[in-house]
Amino acid sequence: MAMDRADPQTHRAVGISDALYDPRWRGIIFQILLVVAIVWFGYEIVTNAIANLKKQNIASGFDFLGRTAGFDIAQHLIDYSNTMSYARAFWVGLLNTLLVAGLGIVLATLIGFVVGIARLSSNWLIARLATVYVEVIRNIPPLLMLFAIYFAVLKGLPQPRDSIALPLASFLNVRGLTVPKPTWGDGIGLVVWSVPVALALVVALVWWARRRRIATGKQFPAVLASLALLVLLPLLAFFAAGSPVSFDVPQLGRFNIAGGVTLLPEFVALLVGLTLYTAAFIAEIVRSGIMGVPKGQKEAAAALGLSAGQSMRLVVLPQALRIIIPPLTNQYLNLTKNSSLAVAIGYPDLVSVFSGTVLNQTNQAIEVITITMAVYLVVSLTTSFAMNVFNTRMALVER
Amino acid sequence: MANASATSIPSSGNNVPAERPPSGVGPVAWARKNLFSSIPNTLLTLLGLWITWKVVAGIVDWAIVRAVFTGSDGTACSAPGTGACWPFITHKLDTFIYGRYPVDERWRVNLTFLLAAIGLGGLMIPSVPRKGLFALFTFVIFPVIAFYLLTGAVWLGLPIVETERWGGLFVTLVVAIVGIVASFPIGVLLALGRRSRLPFVRWASIGFIELVRGVPLITMLFMASVMLPLFLPEGVTFDKLLRALIGVALFSGAHLAEVIRGGLQAIPRGQYEAADALGLSYPQKMSLIVLPQALKLVIPGIVNSSIALFKDTSLVLIIGLFDLLGIVQQAISSDATWFSPSTPATGYVFAGFVFWIFCFGMSRYSQWMERRLGAADKR
Repeated sequence: MAMDRADPQTHRAVGISDALYDPRWRGIIFQILLVVAIVWFGYEIVTNAIANLKKQNIASGFDFLGRTAGFDIAQHLIDYSNTMSYARAFWVGLLNTLLVAGLGIVLATLIGFVVGIARLSSNWLIARLATVYVEVIRNIPPLLMLFAIYFAVLKGLPQPRDSIALPLASFLNVRGLTVPKPTWGDGIGLVVWSVPVALALVVALVWWARRRRIATGKQFPAVLASLALLVLLPLLAFFAAGSPVSFDVPQLGRFNIAGGVTLLPEFVALLVGLTLYTAAFIAEIVRSGIMGVPKGQKEAAAALGLSAGQSMRLVVLPQALRIIIPPLTNQYLNLTKNSSLAVAIGYPDLVSVFSGTVLNQTNQAIEVITITMAVYLVVSLTTSFAMNVFNTRMALVER
Repeated sequence: MANASATSIPSSGNNVPAERPPSGVGPVAWARKNLFSSIPNTLLTLLGLWITWKVVAGIVDWAIVRAVFTGSDGTACSAPGTGACWPFITHKLDTFIYGRYPVDERWRVNLTFLLAAIGLGGLMIPSVPRKGLFALFTFVIFPVIAFYLLTGAVWLGLPIVETERWGGLFVTLVVAIVGIVASFPIGVLLALGRRSRLPFVRWASIGFIELVRGVPLITMLFMASVMLPLFLPEGVTFDKLLRALIGVALFSGAHLAEVIRGGLQAIPRGQYEAADALGLSYPQKMSLIVLPQALKLVIPGIVNSSIALFKDTSLVLIIGLFDLLGIVQQAISSDATWFSPSTPATGYVFAGFVFWIFCFGMSRYSQWMERRLGAADKR
């Protein structure tokens, strides 16, 4: 551009043929054409949509959200009944999506890290087993896994009266997994409040241990102590409040199970399927992250006299995490988006409740699908934004 | 003291035969080093052996020992404790491959598969010469032939076959191949647009890419199947398969754009400047200098996104198309002749195996290609 401006040729009166050969004018003409095309496309779509909606007698606008939904949802985390509004159904679906995505992310991360580290194990057999797991799971469509778990495994389970008894007074049958249901007593507030207190103590402890280490060189097992604090303090509060929890233990009756809380088979299938599928990808990310740390780092740590554990914790992992975290977030987003596969097995997630049932009842495809897409978009864009902030903070500072 | 030191050094010329140090080769030494080097390692090995035994024994038991190999309907597989129900697969194999495509016309599908294999094989095997001809065939001539072969052309004496009758592995491959081929130019254009100096082009590309990448494929398919008809002028209708293909191609194109952008960013600035210095126009600069290098860099990423697309084709069953998984699912859930407790598992294992072969093959190919290209760069 600077060259262009220095060139007196570009400043003379512009004719049509000159404009076509000047990159700047060509850019402007091209962009005008593009804008015109997009505007025309949008205009066509809107006029066609208006005409089609009028012809098919479909209402438009978001008024339908206030109307009575009139259908039941098998799993609702917030109060819901079929006399409530479509908007309420939307929130129920969204919460169900977030529930399965949140649990799936935690479980997939755990399994993924174990498998990823196992792939690098010096034990040949363990490394091979982990490889087989990853290569099998990664190359099968997640929808197929869901179907297999749901229709072939869970639908093949016995009827409620022949339930399979599991440890912890749980029962597994064709209607789902029934587990004891905790009922919270009076003093539970004490336990809930003890968690932030423990967190504050941990922060203070880590800060103190760091200062002492810098001042005196003495090590303090801050990680262990923090873990102990986080576990023991709520536990102490729990017993101090007089164990304010009772369990509604399921009882196997003649034909059915009484009591407890039942996890829908659809929920179990979706959670297991998404977890196993995403874990395979996370394992690969963890493996490449650890392998991406140069060997010299490990050797330098050993030369400084750090133990194998210290070298992993203080030298390798922090650097590996820098490589791992961006693609890991991507996998978390993928898992959240894949949870929309719920619609295929009938778990009442956002897509199944909203883009499925609500769309069928109201016929307002444009509004319903726009809302659904907007939800996923908001989740994705917020996560990418957070990721970019994190990346700029974590980026390697070169000399 | 002298004695002790003599025995501890085997090569001291003493007549007492020294104990042979553990050898570094042979299966025993290998096992000792890789499986039983320490107590925790030994425990891990035992755990691994137990898992291997459970899995292998379980598979053999289910697929061979307790399996049923003959029969003409589900009653053969209905006995309690039956393993795999293989006759379900052998009897329905044709349906799983061709769907409801008329039996007399199935040679057309086979011929298309064969032509696709020739074209792709010519492109993918490095030692085959005349890549340009194969590319012309695969990307220009073949799609036209395939279109008329599969849908039919009365003027050629080929009866029309509606896409409602298409199904099975055939539809999976059609969606995957059309998706991959169509998403490629979309991805290249979007990636170039995103790196363009022109603000409108850049913002339009970023907007489209982020919008599509932020939503699940299912919502794109819903959009293509429910919303798209509303946007079309009166009287214009699209085939359901075509609508799904549009959704898949746009979705895959946006994802591919990000992969290609990575390659574009990796090309040193000097290459762009050299092209400018030679007086090349923008299309020449991109198609002759930048894109060939950038695309070569991202071949693994392109294959990965093709694998993802191949797996995602199974989602078209949600909008009512019968791909391989859809047709297996339909046979399991609504074919009363083959109803038995062991049918579902057999069907899913079969479908999973077919998907696995394709995806695993693609991933191996990309690894091999990566090594080859890497070796070429190292010279």
